[in-house]
Amino acid sequence: MNVIIAKNLTKTFGDFMAVDHISFEVKKGEIFGFLGANGAGKTTAMRMLCGLSKPTFGMGQVAGFDIVKQSENVKACIGYMSQRFALYEDLKVWENLRLYGGIYGLRNAQINRKIDEMLNRLGFQAEKNTMVSALPLGWKQKLAFTAAIFHDPKIVFLDEPTGGVDPAARRQFWELIYDTADRGITVFVTTHYMDEAEYCNRVSIMVDGRIDALDSPKALKEKFQVSNMEEVFFQLAGKAKRKDS
Amino acid sequence: MLRYLLEKEFKQFWRSKAMIRTVLFLPFTSLIIYPLVASFDIRNVKLSIVDNDKGMYSQQLIEKARSSGYFRITDVSGNYRQALKSIESNKADIILEIPLNFERELVRNGQADLMVSANAVNGNKGGLGTAYLNQIISDFNTGIRTRLQQNPDEPIIPSMEILPLYRYNPSLDYKVFMIPALIIMMLTQMIGFLPAMNIVGEKERGTIEQMNVTSVKKFTFILAKLIPFWVAGYLVLTIGILIAFFLWKLVPVGFIGTIFIFASIFILAFSGFGLVISNYASTVQQAMFMMFFFVMTFIFMSGLYTPVANMPEAAQWFSNLSPLKYIIEVLRLIYLKGSSFLQLLPQFLALCGFAIFFNTWAVLSYKKSD
Amino acid sequence: MEFYHIFRDRWTAIMLLALPVLMIILFGFGISTEIKNSKVAVYDPSQDVATQTIVDNLAANAYFDLETYVNTPKEIETIFQKSDIGLLVVFSENFYENLLHTGEAQVQLITDGTDPNTASTLVSYATSIIEEYQAELLGNDKGPTYQISPITKLLYNPNLTAVYNIVPGVLGLVLILICTMMTSVSIAREKELGTMEVLLVSPISPLLIVLSKIAPYFLISVVDLISLLVISVFLMGVPINGSFFVLTCLSLLFILLALSLGLLISTIAESQMSALLMSAMGLIMPVSLLSGLMFPIENMPLLLQVLAQFVPAKWYIDALRDVMIKGLGFSSIILEVSILLGMLVVLVLTSLRNFKVRLE
Repeated sequence: MNVIIAKNLTKTFGDFMAVDHISFEVKKGEIFGFLGANGAGKTTAMRMLCGLSKPTFGMGQVAGFDIVKQSENVKACIGYMSQRFALYEDLKVWENLRLYGGIYGLRNAQINRKIDEMLNRLGFQAEKNTMVSALPLGWKQKLAFTAAIFHDPKIVFLDEPTGGVDPAARRQFWELIYDTADRGITVFVTTHYMDEAEYCNRVSIMVDGRIDALDSPKALKEKFQVSNMEEVFFQLAGKAKRKDS
Repeated sequence: MLRYLLEKEFKQFWRSKAMIRTVLFLPFTSLIIYPLVASFDIRNVKLSIVDNDKGMYSQQLIEKARSSGYFRITDVSGNYRQALKSIESNKADIILEIPLNFERELVRNGQADLMVSANAVNGNKGGLGTAYLNQIISDFNTGIRTRLQQNPDEPIIPSMEILPLYRYNPSLDYKVFMIPALIIMMLTQMIGFLPAMNIVGEKERGTIEQMNVTSVKKFTFILAKLIPFWVAGYLVLTIGILIAFFLWKLVPVGFIGTIFIFASIFILAFSGFGLVISNYASTVQQAMFMMFFFVMTFIFMSGLYTPVANMPEAAQWFSNLSPLKYIIEVLRLIYLKGSSFLQLLPQFLALCGFAIFFNTWAVLSYKKSD
Repeated sequence: MEFYHIFRDRWTAIMLLALPVLMIILFGFGISTEIKNSKVAVYDPSQDVATQTIVDNLAANAYFDLETYVNTPKEIETIFQKSDIGLLVVFSENFYENLLHTGEAQVQLITDGTDPNTASTLVSYATSIIEEYQAELLGNDKGPTYQISPITKLLYNPNLTAVYNIVPGVLGLVLILICTMMTSVSIAREKELGTMEVLLVSPISPLLIVLSKIAPYFLISVVDLISLLVISVFLMGVPINGSFFVLTCLSLLFILLALSLGLLISTIAESQMSALLMSAMGLIMPVSLLSGLMFPIENMPLLLQVLAQFVPAKWYIDALRDVMIKGLGFSSIILEVSILLGMLVVLVLTSLRNFKVRLE
């Protein structure tokens, strides 16, 4: 069953074609990697799927809802973690979780129980009352992820979730992602770390706003006859005309 | 849903100590200092005397000017040129020159001249100063005349009494004029500036994106933003009214509830305006500049310092576009004249118009997606 | 480099050039203390030659417009509440008779005291018009009248135009606001973005860096000064009576002072926001209140009068009025100029010291 369907999804800003007729499907429970160089159009594509940005052309469906006409329904069943840390720095850890729980319509008792459950799972109970601004970046990212899946969404969108942290923290973060996928939540993740690409069930590689390759990491490596994803990426991204912006 | 958003907003509001400090400090100081400073009162006009006559009459006239309370004699010069020097160096505002043989001319010929020269760079001061001095001279003249005309055969001089009467503000206290307007200025900062800054701040920090991707209704989100500021706005209004009472002994002649009714509509209108700004600005700095620009225009067009009726025609027309004009008018009318709600109906309708206009615009220009 | 920054941000550039223009126009109209065409109502139970003449004289004056007659004493009570009458003239009965014979003729001048400034001005203008009529009557009499006629001369501003007073004040306010705000914010921005560090590790001397930061703002300020003067002279009709050269030198000195104040603020402020708040809030209040721009300083409580001496704009505005309106020469503003110079030296030295401290 496909939880995300994109058909010829396109976004232009003036003359600039940020996303150029992309089509793909994501199956339920999958970890779907969305790869590309900076400025390849990953974030724009993701923002369209989340209903933050309207496509110029094409259509998309998320969790069975049309991303243009039913964007509010889409929003109710997804979680989203943006590239930039977007929780409130001047709220405490539990207050942020409570806020997002409340927004997604969870009941008060349910929220309180869930906060403890989630923080325990993260081993984060001690920081429940810490002001978010005081947390190190790695923990902020885990917290943002927790907030994004707090309401058990069908799909969670992660936009470069591990930017700027050390390999150990990234490893831990991916354990959280696996955990989530095990519980049946579909994970849609953009990244430009190629080692992370290996962890995905399937990856798509965007170059200049188009999807140039889409398959499992194994199949891609075989197709390009290389030993790791990094090489795959270099071969594709080397053709890019668009420079880093 | 609203409940959780409100919890968040109130907590954040409470934690932004710097903002609370600014929010409280500015209005308080302005309400305390402004009335001390803001006065166009013409008192202590500096008078330079050139007395060429040195007679009894000129002494009496000088004494009369000195004891009037309007003038301070800061300079006595031998001639006009010297006196002019003290005007140039701002040591004097007005020169009263009494010509040679002033007394003799008056008694013998029944007619004498006096020279009054005023520094009119400040037209208000120069004009009123000379008017006061002329009144003193005319009073003095009446006194002289009755003394000289002791002869009972003479007909009674045509004389009349001119009685000024200042309604609503008998002692002509400028504070009374400024304070109701200052209370509105406090309110404007609280409900216009701050919510706009707050929303743009969330834009700049990126936290608004996390909100936009949830199914929260934009109406709910904005309402949650505004409610804390409304609460704070009413608080500031109440504090303002209390300061006006305790510090400046100013009590509204009209019904105090009317003030709150009007304030509510104004709050609605002006926070709507703040939202419009926040929708168009992408950084806090931009929002600040825009707000600064518009609020200043609104203030000067509102008749805060001088009544709209004294402005040039075009400016009077423009002043109708400033929501502040109506609410300041209303507060002054309630405070000083005790106008009733019905008498203020035109202002009420105008404010309602602004509220509908700005809030419609705000809703139309707010986008959860681009 | 700096120029490039400012002008690439077109919005900021427009703001910097348009804001002063807008401000001077707003101030010019918004705090005009002139009174024109004030509406007058009359209650006249006598209807005789004296009251008629007085009313005619009032109506003929530029300050007053005869709006309406009030018919009953009852209306006197309500007229201010429902219309925008500025002055109500109430004559006593048998006015002319009493005026000539009993001396008991009365005129009441009732004004709306809500705005005391307007009210007292209206009363004193009306009073002098009525007194003029009285003097006329005297002149018709035979025998000695013992009349003292004051000959009034209004120096520098015979028409009592309000903008003559306001424009120099606004020039001072606008220049200090714009110059200080833009320098402090832009330097604070460099601090915030970290580009300042890059410059500071380069072999250029700190003084040069500071100068290069200030130079473009100095130029913008000069452009602002020119546009403000053009508007003052051609739109507001304010003359430049004194030497244009002295006026320019004085203004340039003041601009330098404002720029170095901005520099000082930027060395203290940690972020753009706090620089903006410091220069906007910290300047608008004191400058607009304590510089004599609107409100005469001599009527203020002593403490505030003392504080006013530390406001640079106060000295600039004083000197500017002397040169621009009174047409005085350099010799009469030596005191103001030397105080401004002193303030400039103190500001430059303090901010250079702060700057060096930051380097270490």
